[in-house]
Amino acid sequence: MRPSPLMGDQDKMTPQTASSAPDAQKPQTLSGAEVLMRALDEQGVEVIFGYPGGAVLPIYDALFRQNRIRHILVRHEQAAVHAAEAYARSTGKVGVVLVTSGPGATNAVTGLLDALMDSIPLVCLAGQVPSSLIGNDAFQEADTTGITRPVTKYNYLVRKPEDLAPAVHEAFAIARSGRPGPVLIDLPKNITVGNAPYAAASQTTARVAKRMPEPDRDAVKRAVAAMKKSCRPLFYIGGGVINAGPEACANLRKLVKLTGFPITSTLMGFGAYPGSDAQYLGMLGMHGMYEANLATHGCDVLIALGSRFDDRVTGRVDAFSPDSFKIHADIDPSQINKIIHVDQPIVGDAGRIITMMIEEWESQPAYGHQTELAAWWEQIEAWRALDCLRFSQDPAPDAIIKPQQAIRRIYELARETKRETYVSTEVGQHQMWAAQYFRFDEPNRWLTSGGLGTMGYGLPAAVGAQVAHPDALVLDIAGEASTLMNIQELGTIAQYRLPVKLFIINNHYMGMVRQWQELLHGSRYSESYSDALPDFVKLAESFHARGLRATRLDELDDTIRAALAHDGPVVVDLCVTEGENCFPMIPSGAAHNEMILGPEQEERGAKVTREGMMLV
Amino acid sequence: MQQETPGSAVISLLVDNESGALARIVGLFSGRGYNIQSLTVAPVDELGMQSRVNIVTTGTPADIRQIKAQVERLVPVSRVVNLTAEGPHVAREMALIKVVSSGEPRTEALRIAQAFRARAVDTTASSFVFELTGSTDKLDSFIELMRPLGLVEVSRTGVAAICRGPQTIQSL
Repeated sequence: MRPSPLMGDQDKMTPQTASSAPDAQKPQTLSGAEVLMRALDEQGVEVIFGYPGGAVLPIYDALFRQNRIRHILVRHEQAAVHAAEAYARSTGKVGVVLVTSGPGATNAVTGLLDALMDSIPLVCLAGQVPSSLIGNDAFQEADTTGITRPVTKYNYLVRKPEDLAPAVHEAFAIARSGRPGPVLIDLPKNITVGNAPYAAASQTTARVAKRMPEPDRDAVKRAVAAMKKSCRPLFYIGGGVINAGPEACANLRKLVKLTGFPITSTLMGFGAYPGSDAQYLGMLGMHGMYEANLATHGCDVLIALGSRFDDRVTGRVDAFSPDSFKIHADIDPSQINKIIHVDQPIVGDAGRIITMMIEEWESQPAYGHQTELAAWWEQIEAWRALDCLRFSQDPAPDAIIKPQQAIRRIYELARETKRETYVSTEVGQHQMWAAQYFRFDEPNRWLTSGGLGTMGYGLPAAVGAQVAHPDALVLDIAGEASTLMNIQELGTIAQYRLPVKLFIINNHYMGMVRQWQELLHGSRYSESYSDALPDFVKLAESFHARGLRATRLDELDDTIRAALAHDGPVVVDLCVTEGENCFPMIPSGAAHNEMILGPEQEERGAKVTREGMMLV
Repeated sequence: MQQETPGSAVISLLVDNESGALARIVGLFSGRGYNIQSLTVAPVDELGMQSRVNIVTTGTPADIRQIKAQVERLVPVSRVVNLTAEGPHVAREMALIKVVSSGEPRTEALRIAQAFRARAVDTTASSFVFELTGSTDKLDSFIELMRPLGLVEVSRTGVAAICRGPQTIQSL
């Protein structure tokens, strides 16, 4: 009988084991857990975020008996993954997570999908019951590879000791190559307890970077030729540029300066281009800037770099940037023509493509549409003059603080400290306001859950960023509802004395839900009121953090300053007006030129259609 | 984008013969709402390290391109070819068809089987099991003809496909 295909115990990456390596005098006897530690060390791992349990005890024992890799004990496995995501996002390294079998692994699922959606490189090590018990409904058994298959870039169940080290090396290679993503390794306890051979990364072959060719020079040539012909161009960049690294971001600046074209960014692309630069129009999309969205709608050449035409960006697809020649550079071929049909695709690393674009821009005939470009800028400046983020804050000292005011002041006062600053957010209105008011001049400083929109992301993300950057200022801009989803991480923050500043924009509502209910569901605020909230100041104190509160306008700045100046963790309860809506807003099912503006901006936009309601 | 008409396509993959590879492919199809009309899998190299998967799916040409691009992202998948788009290919499947009847319908079933070059691989006084190999269309029409003649059970393999001429899945 032939071996059962695809189901059996296939040995497909047997390495040359350490004992056969020329430099090995005698075969070392290592346990699987020790092999794991050694492989992680070889991969340059400095920190693991994790939570112990029965199936990973051998790994925790090996961790205990070494001192090269640090372990951060979180309070929930989901938080371990978000912390590792922020660690990865803020350093450019691969984040590492360690969880136990069963509930440990299932708790990690949300974080893994979050990392997959936002292209964050992670390796998640999960314990598993011994191989002999797999399939027996053993205590804390879960079909972890089955459950995590759709939420990871790749996953493994290590079945043989000799597969362990190669799996770890390949997992890191897969996580960081191409479009980065999370990889999970399921480790049965008998594999970590028993002996296993070590194999160095150089002795194993990783199946990665397959079909990752150099970007097609002719495609870049045609793209740049279209850019040269454009009168109303626009760069539309995303997280792919940040993933391409700091050099890619530096070259993006060069390219944008060279062309003089305007540039807009997705939520994931903040800091790839300096937010304070005049050519930067801010974020585009559902809560994007008026000028950025109208420029997207009106441009004649759209240059998408490392962005994926997400539905939050495009609005109604058939009305998205209707008259433009679209160039789309992405490392993942499956993103090309997925949502928006593009005229000039370029597959490859954003950094390489930007470099090639610079070369082509300089070698092709000079740009000849300066007059038209100047007119385009004039138009953009006219849109910008509308000042779409303007809001009216009652100036009375005892006035209730508007959430926009709170977030804008956090940004301005944090900037005054001139410290290296990392900002995480939860998900909702506060996230969008933070996206609107915060501007980043450096990549890797903005940590937010973009694709998945995971409430509870921000506090553990702040943990990860602060662990990676102990001397930096780390802020979590939070809502009172989101932050309660992972509030237990105040325990982690206390244990490691992480001076994270948690700013809770407290409007007593799941604000974005409330806003949509107001706009789409006849102001029927079904289950969106945050009832029975804790006293966040006392909550902070019970977790050994400082608790502060501002309820009136004249307390706002002093409270923020006190929080920023405090040398330790702070929770700030900023009590804000309850019914504020986040504008501008492209209602679902509408086009970019059908934005709803705030009450301050008089032009009122489109009505939400019934088809739009289905789009969420 | 202009409306493109949906049609069916035969996609052939070479995949590493590892645990969960098939689940990964099938999960991608179900997770992204793609259709699988038929699926065949078997190891095809000497060492049994690689399997070939043939999938018949439906969609607009843009859908099929997206399916191909998504499948190509999977780590164990080393080659993906849309045989329908790549030009002439042979796509065949095999069916076992059980007919239970007597008298005139039984004779008629045997006559039609001969016309189709189906082989009777099991014969009893009251039944035949016919083995028929050919294109999906041919199998469909044979089964339709057997329906009034006592058809009781059908077992089909799904499509195995290969491109015509000296080209291979590796060289396409």
